[in-house]
Amino acid sequence: MEKFIIKYFNLIRIIIAILIGVVISVVVIYIITKNPSLSFRSFFLGPFLSKGRFGDWIELSSPIILCGLAIAIPFQAEQFNIGAEGALFIGAAVGTAFAVSTHMPAVLHITTVLLVAGLTGAIWGFIPGILKAKWKTDELVISLMMNYVAYFLGLYLINYHFRDKAAGFLVSYKLPQTAWLAQFIPGTRIHLGVIIAFVFAILTYYFLYHTTTGYEIRTTGTNKNFARFGGINVFMVIVLSQVIGGFLAGIGGMTEVMGLSRRFNWQMSPGYGWDGVVVAIIGQNNPLFIILAALFLSYLRIGGQILNLLSDIPSEMVIVIQSLIILLITAEAFLQRFKNRITIREAKMKEVQNESDN
Amino acid sequence: MGPILSLKNIVKIYPNGVVANKGINIDIEENTIHAIVGENGAGKSTLMKIIFGEETAEDGEIFYQGEQVHFRNSLEAIDRGIGMIHQHLMLAPELTVAENMILGTEPIKFGIFLHSKKILEMTEKACKEFGFEVPLNKRVKDLPVGTRQRIEILKVLIRNAKLIILDEPTAVLTPQETEVLFKSLRDLQKRGKTIIFISHKLKEVKQIADRVTIIRDGKDIVTENAKNLNEHQIAELMVGREINFQRIPLPVNIGAPFLKVQNLTYINEENITKINNISFEVRKGEIVGIAGVEGNGQTELVEILTGLRQATSGHAYVNNEDITHLTPRQIREKMVAHIPEDRMQNGVAEHASIQENIIVDRYYKHPFSKGIILDWKYIENYTADLIKDFNILAQSGKTPVSALSGGNIQKVVVARELSFKPELIIADQPTRGIDVGSEEMVHDLLKDARDKGIAVFLISADLDEVLKISSRILVMYDGEIVAEFKNTEDITQEKLGPYMLGVKNQNKASVEES
Amino acid sequence: MNPIIKSILAPKFIFATLRVMTPILYPAIGVAVSALAGSVNIALEGIMLVSAFTGVIISAYTGSLWFALIAGVLAGVGMGAVLGYFHLNLKADIIIAAIALNMFASGITIFLLYILTHDKGTSSSIKSLVFPSYQIPLLKDIPVLGPMLSGHNILTYLLFVAIIAFYYIIYKTPLGLRIRAVGQNPEAAASVGIDVKKIRMYSLLLSGFFGSFGGLYLSMGYVSWFSRDMTAGRGFIAIAAASLGGNLPLGTFLGAALFGLVNAFSNFIAPLKIPSEFMQSIPYLTTVIVLAIYSINKSNKEKAALKEGAK
Repeated sequence: MEKFIIKYFNLIRIIIAILIGVVISVVVIYIITKNPSLSFRSFFLGPFLSKGRFGDWIELSSPIILCGLAIAIPFQAEQFNIGAEGALFIGAAVGTAFAVSTHMPAVLHITTVLLVAGLTGAIWGFIPGILKAKWKTDELVISLMMNYVAYFLGLYLINYHFRDKAAGFLVSYKLPQTAWLAQFIPGTRIHLGVIIAFVFAILTYYFLYHTTTGYEIRTTGTNKNFARFGGINVFMVIVLSQVIGGFLAGIGGMTEVMGLSRRFNWQMSPGYGWDGVVVAIIGQNNPLFIILAALFLSYLRIGGQILNLLSDIPSEMVIVIQSLIILLITAEAFLQRFKNRITIREAKMKEVQNESDN
Repeated sequence: MGPILSLKNIVKIYPNGVVANKGINIDIEENTIHAIVGENGAGKSTLMKIIFGEETAEDGEIFYQGEQVHFRNSLEAIDRGIGMIHQHLMLAPELTVAENMILGTEPIKFGIFLHSKKILEMTEKACKEFGFEVPLNKRVKDLPVGTRQRIEILKVLIRNAKLIILDEPTAVLTPQETEVLFKSLRDLQKRGKTIIFISHKLKEVKQIADRVTIIRDGKDIVTENAKNLNEHQIAELMVGREINFQRIPLPVNIGAPFLKVQNLTYINEENITKINNISFEVRKGEIVGIAGVEGNGQTELVEILTGLRQATSGHAYVNNEDITHLTPRQIREKMVAHIPEDRMQNGVAEHASIQENIIVDRYYKHPFSKGIILDWKYIENYTADLIKDFNILAQSGKTPVSALSGGNIQKVVVARELSFKPELIIADQPTRGIDVGSEEMVHDLLKDARDKGIAVFLISADLDEVLKISSRILVMYDGEIVAEFKNTEDITQEKLGPYMLGVKNQNKASVEES
Repeated sequence: MNPIIKSILAPKFIFATLRVMTPILYPAIGVAVSALAGSVNIALEGIMLVSAFTGVIISAYTGSLWFALIAGVLAGVGMGAVLGYFHLNLKADIIIAAIALNMFASGITIFLLYILTHDKGTSSSIKSLVFPSYQIPLLKDIPVLGPMLSGHNILTYLLFVAIIAFYYIIYKTPLGLRIRAVGQNPEAAASVGIDVKKIRMYSLLLSGFFGSFGGLYLSMGYVSWFSRDMTAGRGFIAIAAASLGGNLPLGTFLGAALFGLVNAFSNFIAPLKIPSEFMQSIPYLTTVIVLAIYSINKSNKEKAALKEGAK
């Protein structure tokens, strides 16, 4: 048992953090609501209460997964690039612009639009990446600033050049049908973008853990000096990790446009880039865990929305809970004393055993 | 006058089992300059940390000004009038000299504000009293190292230190700056201060010290008036211990030169010449050992030879190809292995698994990967073989390196470096801090490599190691190669000591003779 | 004269600049003071939100500006304390902990706003107070200067007090000296008996203190209500302003002023029909460019030092 705890300490810590989050939600709901049973039902079972909601849950996880991957890859290389939000926004804007101005057969159109969006996002990763690799400019501040640049440029592009004046809102023209990602399960909003997100998560996992470049990224992240010593081109890794991150975020934004709204309708930045930070941390930068973390987070989100609709508790409770979970997970010393105690007991037992062996 | 500080039977054992001090007895007389000399790892620094309260001794007693003391931290030592000047200067670069001097003991006015007038008075007074001239209002980062060190001394003086410990203070100074420092130390002595001076440089010890204590292997060998010992005697006492090892037999077949270094020079950011125009070669089938006190340019030399640092001028050739400006990978592809000095910093990624540590220089090659796809199955078997061959105590190749002991971590490094069929092995402190068994194994492996016709270049601060396995010994001092010996029975520590410590120099001797 | 240039030169323009830079400079001082101690606080976005919200709610419930001020400041300092506790005691990565705190602030303010007012957008349904604006006697009658500098909110005037206080704390008090020493060389500070953790904690508390004024100004001066996520990235712009200014008082002031100017400028050239999105992106682009130039210079200097050594 104790060995098990030490071995899976990190996982246990994360689960405890999540449990604490859930317990706090229960307490909060109980204090606030007039109808606890309905509230608990909507919050914890909400996504299963109807087909549509189930679909919303799965659908919502897809941009979060892609942004989680976009954050995790630079994080694996120890690069604090938090520019997924900007890459997503500008990627979707440029991708939309490209999609409404071109005519192609469906498969080709989808592919090229996604590629354009991805490459635009990649440029957003490249700038902080090259600045960091070449001149040690802090990628955190640069990527934050690039988020705003992306936001304003994206808005400019859509509002001034691709705005559908007939729509009555500030939105782009509708994408041509050839660039739509089909919603393939009737009664839900689940679209091909969901498949794309899951496929990318698996590809990213494979990339990180089974390819030479993935190995270079992880090794640079665990010990940059060692990587350099072993002959890895650290410069290239620093840039590449952020470029790939930007690429994935760009695709994450575009799939939302192509599968859900079919036109660019964001006047506020949607925040998936920040959700990406959340799931990357909960998922410890491992793409497979990121899938789970994203499903967990979007489950809470949808549950929160339903809770909001059906009872008197605002959905923002979920944001509070998720932030507490992250705080606990990132607090290295949280539960550390507990682990140390076990380690010491373990060591003592070993000693006793050794002595009795002799 | 009685001793200001008496150390009685000081014993220090580190948690990892290393015994740094094995019962040291020293009396420091008041108002003297007392030099403490010894090789790397002899236990000097540990002893100073104990005096200064940064470490606690397992056994023994310390008497300061006649009464027994137990400092729990350095602040208590400072309060009692002990000051220490660390080798790495403890200054905030953007603060002014005066600010650095009074940091932690700031005079205040109106309850919360710095009393700038008093600060100026205090600092000026200290400068005047001890005859130090420093620009009080300049930022520390704009000042040369010598001045920074004087600020450190002033910092200690302003806190009313009576006993001042200087840990290798001249290591970072130019000769002129050293002169200035010595003059200051003499002045301080005249003003009643006691100074403990740690050094490797025997000329300086002779020049400045009243008394000398020589420490070897954690024990005090002798404490004498400095004038009663000459540099040669000190050098011999420092390094001379009984030989308790068997030299490995010299190689029979020595081949062509494989590593050639020509007129290599390296000048660092602080404009200090770390490597001064050195040339040498290492042939196939021999082990060339560099002996020398650490910090005499060995680290820089190795980093240049492995592509981690750029030389200022000169060239290095491997197998007659110029490698001076190649990347680490290009050099490795010339079949050069590198066992690094600091294994935790460069040798491994401690949170990665053994197998991921093994493949860092070869993951991109067949059969470790096909195209861009890593063949984990192959890597796993490959690592399992190495774990067996090199006797690494680990459950499997998936075990993280951080779970291994120091000796086993070093075996992972050695296993990696020796398993890709290198033609040149650069081994920098290959047995530092590891157990005897692992050390033995590393030595055997290097010998086997040599006998297979591989060129081995060994850098070690451990003189026994150099004498035990080298075929040829070069002595490095102050960035130069000052001596070369074929390693025969008559080469002893006593013979090498004077060269390592800068007392003797074959190059200069030959100039003088000719 | 060109009407655009004329309007930029008008005193109104400087007035607007000061108004816009108020909620940027306060948090920028907060970032700077934490950065000087070596633990950069990027949670100013959250600190401001919490303070803005607390101020509005307390003023509405107590009817007292003083209580609102005290509560708002305490809320900001409290956020700083939480960040400090997680970073310094529980060894959390300060960046991730700050990101979490920003989320927390966004969530908790909307959550409570809804609980208290049944509105998720703004607090306009409750009657909260605002900090008063003052015309300065004499100054207000001076032709050009008067309209520029007079008639501001009291918190905008306090801005000048804050930047001077920042200057004094950093350069004229033992705490400031220790903050700088800890940021530059924690080992050196520790070697003379300074408790590095404690000093960093103080710097984070100060950071929350200064940031809270930015939040209070937003909801009780700039506008007269709290609205969700009303900081709109000012906490992040503050990071940029502080890094542009090298985290020093004058530099931080100028950094925030640059953002204020560009922002005001974009409003004033509206008649020119230059898309405002372009104008609004300029401060961020400027930051990227300036930070890039700064680090390029720095690395060139290092290289030059090596070359110098080679001679």
